[in-house]
Amino acid sequence: MLTAFYHLLLRDLRLALRSPHELANPLIFFVLVVSLFPLAVSPTPDALRQMAPGVIWVSALLSVLLSLDRLFKQDYEDGSLDQLMLSPNPLMILVLAKVFAHWLLTGLPLVLIAPLLGLFMSVPNHALPALIFSLLLGTPVLSLIGAIGVSLTVAVNRGGVLLSLIVLPLYIPILIFGANAVDVAMDGMRVSGQLLFLGAVLALALSLAPLATAVALRITAAR
Amino acid sequence: MPLLEVKSLECRRDDRLLFEDLCFSLSDGEVLQIEGANGSGKTSLLRILCGLRQAESGDVCWQGQRLQEAREDYYARMVYIGHLPCIKGDLSVAENIRALLDTRSQAVSVDVIEQSLARVGLNGFDDVPGKALSSGQRRRILLAFILLAKAKLWILDEPLTALDVSGVALVEAMILQHRATGGSVIFTTHHGMALDGGMRSVALGGASAHKQTSQTRSTTELC
Repeated sequence: MLTAFYHLLLRDLRLALRSPHELANPLIFFVLVVSLFPLAVSPTPDALRQMAPGVIWVSALLSVLLSLDRLFKQDYEDGSLDQLMLSPNPLMILVLAKVFAHWLLTGLPLVLIAPLLGLFMSVPNHALPALIFSLLLGTPVLSLIGAIGVSLTVAVNRGGVLLSLIVLPLYIPILIFGANAVDVAMDGMRVSGQLLFLGAVLALALSLAPLATAVALRITAAR
Repeated sequence: MPLLEVKSLECRRDDRLLFEDLCFSLSDGEVLQIEGANGSGKTSLLRILCGLRQAESGDVCWQGQRLQEAREDYYARMVYIGHLPCIKGDLSVAENIRALLDTRSQAVSVDVIEQSLARVGLNGFDDVPGKALSSGQRRRILLAFILLAKAKLWILDEPLTALDVSGVALVEAMILQHRATGGSVIFTTHHGMALDGGMRSVALGGASAHKQTSQTRSTTELC
């Protein structure tokens, strides 16, 4: 079971590294959106600092949302998804491997580049750990919840709007607590409450989302 | 006890009745062809037999146990090939086969993969990327996968699609050899397939009402 997890994870990482332009898309989107705000709104440090948590978090969220399609689309179209469902291993373990690969390829790069964008948006140094940790706890949840949405819409042609409608309401709490953690940290207050909430949501999503995704995939295949 | 038993299966697609009260069974070392015109529900039937699709009513039993309860054992000993190629363009032939076998938690050595590729007429193709292959060659990779999967039951949906004359002969030889070692095969095809020793067939009627009787007749003969 663990070897099946490991092999599928490795396969997805290998596939992604062989088409690096797709890999770079979410990251470039993230950097572009954040770097456009100072040009469009105001380049003064005070104004930037005030909107930084929201801008960075919204951009990260949209960036993950745009990359979700990749999670199951290709496997669905070439029939590999059927073979995954016919595996003697539990489907939720395989789903977890795919989601983990997705996070390593989209969420983790966002977390790593976020401090740079934070400085760019004049986030004070003492608030950068909060930015990193809130994204580190929040982005896996975005991938996990997104997987449920993708598994329901993968068979729908141009299901992007539908996917957003399903997934965005579930993303809202993550967005609120994530951006708030950075906001509070900038004011010099403790952020453990927000981070603990994000951690709790991650634990919940980690245990329930793969199961929901597996069920949704079987429903999609049964059509 | 039959290997696979189908009990009064009913399948609808968008309110259109494809078949009802379908029953047949398959024993060790038996080859069964599902016959029927386009749109008569052959693929739907095979997907129900795999557990990928839910029947409206009726049961599929694997060695006397309902499919839903025997899923793990069934999937470890059954291999299914559908219409879709399951081949990743960015992976090499050997990696593609390995990825397919990994979902079944089967590890194979490089030599074994090379042997099976030689058997299906793709000698020396192991490092070629999947996107460089023709559709017939992709089908041949799936044949190599079937050979390596070491399954008791093969469920093949149109295995002869895109194959040349030697490919058709190869599939026939593979099925005969599989039968000789006690394995069972269920397949559909629109091409003529000549097997020494003959095979049984199940005919699915068309979607129209007047063909229902002929379908019921042919299936009751088998019950």
